[in-house]
Amino acid sequence: MCSYIVEKAVLVGSAKGRKGWMRIDTANVYFDHPYYSTLDHVLAIDFTNEGEGGRDRVAVELSADSARALVERVLAALASGEAAHAAPAPLAAVAAE
Amino acid sequence: MSYYQGLQAESVRFRGHNGDQGDAYYARPSRAGKFPGIVVIHHLPGWDEWIMEVVRKFAHHGYAAISHHLYFREGEGGPDDIGARVRAAGGVADAQVVGDTAGAMAYLRAQSNSNGKIGVIGFCSGGRHCYLAACTLPGIDAAVDCWGGNVIVDDPKLLNDKRPVAPIDLTEKMSSPLLGIFGNDDANPTVDQVNRTEAVLKKLGKNYEFHRYDGAGHAFFNTSRDAYRPEQALDGWEKVFAFVNRYLATSAASIAAE
Repeated sequence: MCSYIVEKAVLVGSAKGRKGWMRIDTANVYFDHPYYSTLDHVLAIDFTNEGEGGRDRVAVELSADSARALVERVLAALASGEAAHAAPAPLAAVAAE
Repeated sequence: MSYYQGLQAESVRFRGHNGDQGDAYYARPSRAGKFPGIVVIHHLPGWDEWIMEVVRKFAHHGYAAISHHLYFREGEGGPDDIGARVRAAGGVADAQVVGDTAGAMAYLRAQSNSNGKIGVIGFCSGGRHCYLAACTLPGIDAAVDCWGGNVIVDDPKLLNDKRPVAPIDLTEKMSSPLLGIFGNDDANPTVDQVNRTEAVLKKLGKNYEFHRYDGAGHAFFNTSRDAYRPEQALDGWEKVFAFVNRYLATSAASIAAE
């Protein structure tokens, strides 16, 4: 379908686009016809800085299945990464060295 | 004379809604003569390369064709980036699109090669815009809606300031012949919505012609998509040219033979 349905996510982050790195504050997320992909529909994400006018973007077009898989991997990476970084230092081992 | 005729294509400026000047892509046969005009309305993702191919296809078939960039007010940038910005802002207003389409028609009519006949064709959201134009603009001699979605709006929440009226509710005002091309696997418009649109056209006594294709979904003319269905698209294009030749050509035979 051709729709104007867009989910907006407020972000704190950065992305690398045509002009190099930029701060981003928004992801516009939609499932619709692509511009580039040959698929009928794609999950598209445009990372932009709307606070600075939103003229530049970093864009991806993903198949529905791969987008769902990406969501799972994002959550898995956050879970394992946050667990690893939150782990307390092994005090006994430090004391013994 | 060679069987295949040359054509010229170029970027031009046209004057659209509220007199705003924007970009358009214009192609016409190279040879001298009078040609019917056709306005090509692009789909929501943007003013893309396939639409330019469609413009040249019409020129190859003896038409002066123009595709106006519906998002030109967004300024500089690639059509894909501009399309993304327009989508994020909720799209363009129907009134603006209709005004821009009137401007593109005026551009064609002002050319010395015009035979005075103007058609409009649109794809996807452009099909919906074409339907709208056929219901609101004078001077359209033939309209071709290719799988325009949301002509029927079943969810009132989809109506807003930019798209305040479902095109189907304007059908009584339709003044031009309408050709509809649809894939039976399409989700927007669905087969049921196409049937309901046809029922309204029939009830109101409009001059219309619908063709539905099995094994095809949305955008099945689009050669750059997996949705492309060559057999159905070939037949569909034949239907399109038979229709526009009937209503736009001062001499249909001259288009085919010259």
